[in-house]
Amino acid sequence: MSKVILGDYKANPIIDKKSKTKTGKKLWNIFIECFGVLATLAIFGIPFYFVVINAFKNTQESSLLNMKWPSSFHLMENIQEVITARDGMIIRAFFNSAMITGLSIILLIILGAAAGYVLQRKVTKVTPFFNFLLLAGLIIPPAVVPTIWVLQEIGLFKTLPGIVLIEVALNLPFTIILYRGFMVTIPRSLDEAALIDGCGRFRLFFNIILPLLKPVSATVIVLTAVSVYNDFVNPLYFFPGAENATLQLTLYNFMSMYITKWNLLFTNVLLISIPPLILFIIFNKKIVAGMTAGSVK
Amino acid sequence: MNKLANKTYTYYFLLPAGIVYFVFFLLPTIMSLFFSMTWWTLTDWEFIGLENFKTFLSEPSLNIGFKNTLIYAVVTSGLKVILGLLLGVYLSSKLKTVGFIRSMIFFPTLLSTIAVGIAFTMMMHPSQGIINIVLSGLGIVGPDWLGDTDIALLSVALVDVWKGVGMATVIFIAGIMSIPQDYYEALKIDGGNAWHNFKSIIIPLSRPAMNTVIILSFIGGLRSFDLIWTMTKGGPGFSTDLIASIIYKQYQAGFFGLSTAGNVILFILVSALAFPLYSYLNKKEVDL
Repeated sequence: MSKVILGDYKANPIIDKKSKTKTGKKLWNIFIECFGVLATLAIFGIPFYFVVINAFKNTQESSLLNMKWPSSFHLMENIQEVITARDGMIIRAFFNSAMITGLSIILLIILGAAAGYVLQRKVTKVTPFFNFLLLAGLIIPPAVVPTIWVLQEIGLFKTLPGIVLIEVALNLPFTIILYRGFMVTIPRSLDEAALIDGCGRFRLFFNIILPLLKPVSATVIVLTAVSVYNDFVNPLYFFPGAENATLQLTLYNFMSMYITKWNLLFTNVLLISIPPLILFIIFNKKIVAGMTAGSVK
Repeated sequence: MNKLANKTYTYYFLLPAGIVYFVFFLLPTIMSLFFSMTWWTLTDWEFIGLENFKTFLSEPSLNIGFKNTLIYAVVTSGLKVILGLLLGVYLSSKLKTVGFIRSMIFFPTLLSTIAVGIAFTMMMHPSQGIINIVLSGLGIVGPDWLGDTDIALLSVALVDVWKGVGMATVIFIAGIMSIPQDYYEALKIDGGNAWHNFKSIIIPLSRPAMNTVIILSFIGGLRSFDLIWTMTKGGPGFSTDLIASIIYKQYQAGFFGLSTAGNVILFILVSALAFPLYSYLNKKEVDL
């Protein structure tokens, strides 16, 4: 899949072979390219530019909500003000978000890989039932208040482990499907050879299979990072309270707090978008490949 | 070897994942069926039968959620399929700027919904927002995007498409690029043009990609909450309330039984539409 997207591919000939003469074809291509770039800049570039440029302004200028070049630059002051707001709430939120994301990733890799491994290797009468559970996990919207009730009963409501376990439970089905899909490419003869050499079943998984699953684990890391970091709904329900803010919750709260200071709101939007941007720059192709993995057979 | 394999691949490996899945997802889902029929305060409950469901279906401020949720899901998934397919065709060509355009279109997928919602709420401001300023420059009087009850839902749906079309596009690109070149060559020999390429090769052979986009975006649309909550909070009035936002409002108001009933209704609606759609699309795939 990644190979296909990375460029070693076969293009469709719809756009390239419009005209029969060579110069005609060239002109047509230039026109098509210019049109595409301009349209993309207008539809996708302008909103990015709008947020960035307003984060540079002072309160007065940003209240005009226009895209004019700022008369003076205030980004550093704005960042400072956002960070110190409410006793450095955003710092605490950053710590919480990082913890939740990191722990969810670790748990998802271990639990997901173990489950995907067995589900691919062992096919029995109950396999269709497991498949149904995986599909149900992808489709069914989680029940909110009963989940809060369960969390309260076991004393995990409004706690970090509680929200982590929720994120893991909701992201597990897709993670397991990814691992199960990749297991097909690891030959069974490898397992057999290891067993004959006297390898135990747990060592087989942890020392031989798990390291071979690295490519999927990389995908799981990137996908979980994006989905858990950006998650708003679950922390809103299961991790409420000022102490427990995540970055998305702080941004949401600042929306009503900065109703007249839009430059600070845009600065906050900008700060929160930096981690995804870094991830995107480093893992661009990995993300695209991971997100489309398993979807197109 | 079979016996050995049975011992090696023990279901014990499933246990940790199974426990987390059961306790934090399956159990609450099953409990919701019961608690939706109660008057509930989290510590105490009283069985009231189907009363909550009756309230949900009869109260106009609650049952507007059905209509809105369906409109929202159909509009967002429909636009994502059409635009994603066209962009997919465009971006799987040999043009030089493809990488740049694809990155720009895909990047919003990774941004937080709240951030996107805030930016567009500002841009859709009726008098100061840049969208209307640009429109008035063209001599058009722009509408009050989020304040007009007739179009507010569609405005939010458009923002959803803006954020999500990149995902649909890369799935289509992957699907289109896996089509063997021979088909195009065969069609060329038969004298087919670009339209024939699109109609007879790309559409039928990118079918698996299309099915994925339809299912992902339709289910996503039905369950959608964050964007509408950031941009309109269900308003003006109740005109943009989705089932998911009603669930949150009832939860906030302390009507836990009613909120859970909303959850069960959403659960039934999503399952009733998604499972048949899933098997229907899969069947069609086999027929090809």
